[in-house]
Amino acid sequence: MEKKEIVIKTNNIVKKFGDRTVLNGVDLDIYRGETFVIMGGSGCGKSTLLRHMIGTLKPDDGKIYLLGKDITNLPEDEMDKIKKRIGMSFQGSALFDSMNVGENVSLPLREHTKLEESVIKIVMKMKLELVGLRGFEDLMPSQLSGGMKKRVGLARAIAMDPEIIFYDEPTAGLDPIVAGVIDKLIIDLSKKLSITSVVVTHDMESVFKIADKIAMLYEGRVVEVGTKEEMRNSKNQLVKQFIAGDPDGPIKFFQQKDDYLEQLTK
Amino acid sequence: MRIIEAIGRLIIGTAQHVVNVLGLFFQTVFWIVVGPFKKKFPKLKSIFEQMVFVGVRSIIIVFFVGFFTGIVIAMQSAYQLAKLGGTIYVAAMVSVSVARELGPVLTALVVAGRVGAAITAELGTMKVSEQIEALQTLALNPIRFLVIPRFLALLIMLPCLTIFSDIVGIAGGFLVGVYNLGLNPYRYLDVSFDFLIWKDVWTGIVKSISFAIIIAMVGCYMGLNTRGGAEGVGKSTTVSVVTSFILIILFDCVLTGIFYFSNM
Repeated sequence: MEKKEIVIKTNNIVKKFGDRTVLNGVDLDIYRGETFVIMGGSGCGKSTLLRHMIGTLKPDDGKIYLLGKDITNLPEDEMDKIKKRIGMSFQGSALFDSMNVGENVSLPLREHTKLEESVIKIVMKMKLELVGLRGFEDLMPSQLSGGMKKRVGLARAIAMDPEIIFYDEPTAGLDPIVAGVIDKLIIDLSKKLSITSVVVTHDMESVFKIADKIAMLYEGRVVEVGTKEEMRNSKNQLVKQFIAGDPDGPIKFFQQKDDYLEQLTK
Repeated sequence: MRIIEAIGRLIIGTAQHVVNVLGLFFQTVFWIVVGPFKKKFPKLKSIFEQMVFVGVRSIIIVFFVGFFTGIVIAMQSAYQLAKLGGTIYVAAMVSVSVARELGPVLTALVVAGRVGAAITAELGTMKVSEQIEALQTLALNPIRFLVIPRFLALLIMLPCLTIFSDIVGIAGGFLVGVYNLGLNPYRYLDVSFDFLIWKDVWTGIVKSISFAIIIAMVGCYMGLNTRGGAEGVGKSTTVSVVTSFILIILFDCVLTGIFYFSNM
């Protein structure tokens, strides 16, 4: 097998919000062309990790390499150049609600390229076709359903033909069919356009559909990285419990029982 | 000790906000100056859209406030001046007080309530629904894209609205003077503009420019730093309007001191 290029490398990232340590030394290597899923319970720091990878948060310690550049302390000009090569699909889709669907998708093209308006229109329609929403360009975001908004957000993310797409909870809050559509889109985009995808999710069904590689995050650390098979057969109790969705196990949901009475009567 | 601690925390918190707002202001000015050379200036269309919202859409409310303030000043001063037998000086009273003080300040307060609140609510909603972050990941600087059009629109339109308010204020006084007090209209206008000197007008304009900066910076800063969903948007909108009001009155006081009680 050919040696693959690392497109994202995080090196011992530490991030604290106040007294709370959210990321506690995260090391990950993500290779070009693969679909990399970061899974973990709510509040384990996976969204925070994603925001470090796209440069909107800066780590307190450690280094992040994105597309071969150390982005930990990159000046804005340089960072903007890299940002044009990545796309991000947000949990709440984050469409600009003062613009219609077409303007949302063509905004990055208008701002960053010198393309003719007629060319921009064509590219915009092609991107909407990719997500199955051709003909919707004149609607406002408020007229769309949640799943459609997500797909428009995805069309906007791929407008500049990025090399990496980041997805924050792409299927959260969607009905199973729409979630399936989104999963299929993610697979299609990475296979057809050979884009690297980084997906943050806790939707187990979609994880095993789309992932080439999976990392499990727990309490700000990566507890295991592996392929689907490796994760399914993992000996790690944390991974086992998470995949099975078992309330009992090393991941504690309830607080210690001993001080329950004490807290009740305090 | 608790009280001292609380006061200390309040002062540090306020100082932090002041530093941040000044930082935003310098970045805004930097991008206005440097932007055109780097081809990173916002589209003229977005500036014009904001100018329509800030200026044209405010005309009606500014008209009412300015016009009736002129009428009220004329009526109140006529009552006092009649005792001295100098009813004609109502004209001077209205023109000078409107141009120096009431035009700029009342217009700024009205615009802070209308436009400042709208700016904070819009940017705040964009912040809590990840739209600001989306701009950043699309390599679009929120300051360039959102703050500068609003800042420039206020900077251009608030002085225009102030001049408009000055004119309708004097017109309101004129109506009272001519139709109620029975003064000669030509004499009324003569006295109005005899007493109104150039300095009265330009200090009013300078005031309105500084108020525009206050409204734009406080509005954008509060919006961009909104946290905590719908409740957060409501909170920062309130804080934005209250802070703008206080700062407008405070700066009015300071500028009046500089213009009329120093060696200028």
